[in-house]
Order: sequence, then C-alpha cells, then structure tokens
Amino acid sequence: MPRSQKIALGVMFAFFLAAPLAVYPVFLMKAMCFALFACAFNLLIGFGGLLSFGHAMFLGTAGYATAHAAKVWGFAPEFAILFGTAAAALLGLVTGLLAIRRQGIYFAMITLALAQMIYFYYLQAPFTYGEDGIQAVPRGMLFGVIDLANIWAMYGTVMAVFFAGFLLIYRVIHSPFGQVLKAIRENEQRAISLGYDVTRYKLLAYLLSATLAGLAGATKALVFQLASLTDVHWSMSGEVVLMTLLGGLGTVFGPVVGAFIIITMENYLAQLGAWVTVVQGAIFVICVLTFRRGVVGELGNWLKKPL
Amino acid sequence: MSDDFILETRGLTKEFKGFVAVQNMSLKVQRGSIHALIGPNGAGKTTCFNLLTHFLEPTRGQILYNGREITGSNPANIARLGLVRSFQISAVFPHLSVLENVRIALQRKRGASFDFWRALRVLDGLNQQARELINAVGLAEYENTAAVELPYGRKRALEIATTLALDPEMMLLDEPTAGMAHQDVERISALIKKAAHNRTVLMVEHNLSVVEHLSDRITVLQRGEILAEGDYKSVSANPEVIQAYLGSGHG
Repeated sequence: MPRSQKIALGVMFAFFLAAPLAVYPVFLMKAMCFALFACAFNLLIGFGGLLSFGHAMFLGTAGYATAHAAKVWGFAPEFAILFGTAAAALLGLVTGLLAIRRQGIYFAMITLALAQMIYFYYLQAPFTYGEDGIQAVPRGMLFGVIDLANIWAMYGTVMAVFFAGFLLIYRVIHSPFGQVLKAIRENEQRAISLGYDVTRYKLLAYLLSATLAGLAGATKALVFQLASLTDVHWSMSGEVVLMTLLGGLGTVFGPVVGAFIIITMENYLAQLGAWVTVVQGAIFVICVLTFRRGVVGELGNWLKKPL
Repeated sequence: MSDDFILETRGLTKEFKGFVAVQNMSLKVQRGSIHALIGPNGAGKTTCFNLLTHFLEPTRGQILYNGREITGSNPANIARLGLVRSFQISAVFPHLSVLENVRIALQRKRGASFDFWRALRVLDGLNQQARELINAVGLAEYENTAAVELPYGRKRALEIATTLALDPEMMLLDEPTAGMAHQDVERISALIKKAAHNRTVLMVEHNLSVVEHLSDRITVLQRGEILAEGDYKSVSANPEVIQAYLGSGHG
C-alpha cells in the first residue's frame, strides 16, 4: 500500500473510532454501511468498467434475508449476516450470468430491469410485509456472548465489518485478478487478444461486488432492526452511483467520502423535505461540470498521490 | 507438405449486407516466414485479420492453424493456441504503466488469474522478464510511465513487446508502422525482423519499403480477392498490381 493510502486508512480508522464521541453513533453506522455499499459498487464500475443500475437489489435482498433469518428463524446475528450475504451472492450469480454478456448501456438496462423485477416481487411477497417492511428485527447475541442491543457492541461490529470489507476490496483491486480486471476496463479487445476470457473475469467482479453490497445490506438490517422496500427501490441504485461519482470513481477512498457526504445531507438537511433531492441533483451537476474526478479523485490528482 | 504451412484458409468468405468484404480467399502462410498482406483501401485486409482471430464470424470457409481447424474457436482460445494479433489503432492499456502492460501478457502463463485474494507481490517474479522485453524494444527509461503518455511510435513498440511476452508462434500485425515518424518506422521494422527470428509473422502494411525490406512473401488483395502472390520483385512487376494501386490508365 503506498504511503498516501496508509495515511488515509489511518485517518479513516481514527475518525470512526473517535467520531461517536461527538456524533450520533447510529448515523455513523449508517454511513459505514453505505460506504461499504458504495465501495462494492465502485469495485465493479471503477475497476471493471461495468455500470450496474440495479445494485439496490443486492442491498435489499441481503437486508430481507438477514431480517427474516434473525426474526423468524431465530438465527444468531453472525449467521443472519452470513445468510443475507449469501443470498445476495446467489442473486449476483444468477443476474450476472444474464447481464454480463452485454456492454455499456445494455448492461445497465438489464441490471435495472432485473432489479425492478426483484422490487415488485418483494412488494408482493408476504414475508416482506410490503410497505411496512420487516420491523423489530432482534439484533441478538453475537457469537452467543456479545449483546448487540448495546449500542457500542453494535458500533464495534459495524466498524469491524466495514473495515474487513474495505480491506478485502483493496486486496481485490491489488491482486493478479484486479490487474486483469483493470486491463479489461482499459482495453477489452486487447485483453481478449492476449487470451483472457473476459466474460469470466467480469462475472467474478460482478459476483464479488454483489456479495459485498449484500454484506452492507445485511449489516444495515441489524443496525436499524428493519428491512424495507427503500433499500430495493431503484432510487437506491441511483444513490449509490451518485455517492461513487461524487467521492471519486475508481479511487480507493472516494466511495467512502461520497457516501458520507450523501448520508450527511440526507440526515441534516432532512427538514428541507423533498428539496434534499434537488440539492443532491444540483451537487451532482456541479460535480460533473467542475470536478469530474470526484472529491477524492481531485484531491489525489492535486497531491499527485494515489488515494 | 501441409506441415510447411502454419496457417491456411480455404474459401474464406465474409459477406456484410450487400457487400462482400472477403471473397473465397485461400491463403497459405509458410512457417517461419514474414508474409505481407497488401492492397488498396477496402481490399479486405483488416477484415481478413478479424476473421483469422475470430473477432468476426466468417460467412463461409475454413481456417486451419497448424493443421487444426480453428474456424469456430473463440478469440481468447485462438490467442492461447499461439496466434496473437495486434490492432490497427495501437492497443495498449492506457492507464497502466509500461511494466504493467507487458506483465499482463506474462501473467497469462500463470493460467487463469482469478485469485482475487492474493497480493500483487506474487507477480513480482515476472518483473525481470518484463524488463527484458521492455529493454528489447528500447523502452527501458519509460518502465513506470503510464502507456497513455508515450508518444505514438513508442506505443507501438510497447504493443509489440506485449505481444512478444506471450511468445506467440505466430504474430498478426495490423499496420505496425502506420502514422509513424521516419526513425520510428526503422526502429519498428528492425524490431519485427528480430521478433520474426523464430516465429511466423503475417502483417498488413501500407509502407511498401517496409514490405520490401521485411517480407519473404506478399499477397496482394483487391476487393476481397487475392490478386497476386509472390516475392516483392515478382509482385511489384505484375501489371495487374500496378493497375490496382495506380488506377486504370497507368502502367
């Protein structure tokens, strides 16, 4: 890891360690869940060059699966999270096999269409409780000993999940696999002519991205003790695009910063009501027009260091 | 006898809607030779390359590589068999460094790189070999430069180094010297000559002095068909070829 990224990682760790002293911890946990979601999304678009417009289906599916497993089947939290993540991975495999052979806008449209089908299924399926969602999900005892009803135990768990996910993504990007993935993003025809079966590499990237997005959704369901339609709605797929672009597409830390900005706006500008969307739209336009690399992308470019 | 030919096409044809790009082409490329494919614009040279590497599906005909039919193989498989192509527009990975560009090709020897859990360090063992290839094409000082920042001629050199990293049995080069400054043309043709030392090269080239200097055999295409074939001397003296190049009313 280059020094600039080690420092950034240290800063990020110190921030999430110290921030709950000053900021509402549930807000921070929400930010970390969305940061992981955005990082997972960025793995696919920033390093694989694939724009998915249906990533909410993984966030939401994992949320429902975790909530159902914890509440109805009485799963311990670690198994509920694993179950939710596995459900997202399975969905990733099935949708990936269908979508991955198409490129560009066609890929985006197929993922959107599949996500919409999933959304309407959840809207009708009885186990999701439709508009109400699965409420009062028990957080349970982690490994049978740690009571997650305690806010600090929950906070520590979310932090551990977030950093584990973040470091895994970092490793994927900086692995022999990540190297081939970048080559495909840069020049797909050339990667083929060098003998790489690009479809299989893209499918694996899609699968990893779906799984990690699922991990974020599963964790989020326990934090809020709720799984609802908001997380599978197409606007959630749009929001993660916004987070990633705002923070810096294809940077390591960008999605974290982008997620933080968006979540902060939603929380602290909530009294503006529907105007939050307008403000977000305006920020998006400004971002695209003036700092196209995103906050972290521009910062890295200015410092001439990878971030 | 057929063993002397590394690549052979039989009646290869590609039709687009209402237009025949390659017609009934039967081409034989001798093992170990440098074979040039020339012809006016639109003669079907690049289409022919795309057919050979299955970037395009032939309408009819067969392609045999080392006596084995590869007509239906997918492009990645063909590359793995040792038939590796370059592109008309220089094909590099723009935002990867020169070293990384070459290493991507070397990495293929590990088999499939699906190991997303391993650190990049496992590729360090390939760096030495990558550097040797980079030195051989005169890019030593650019090792850590992003490919996008290289001048055009250097990009082509990088592309050749990347292709050579696969140690292909046969290279297909699509206009290797197109759009190059004079001294770059010389460097690249010297490079091709060196690379062809123990392999077969089939190239499309417009620069006739490069063709004359390098190739053992020349096939002239016109409107998708083979017009003439032979060494430079016989082809350049062929009145039909002269007419194809200069138009009717000359020669």
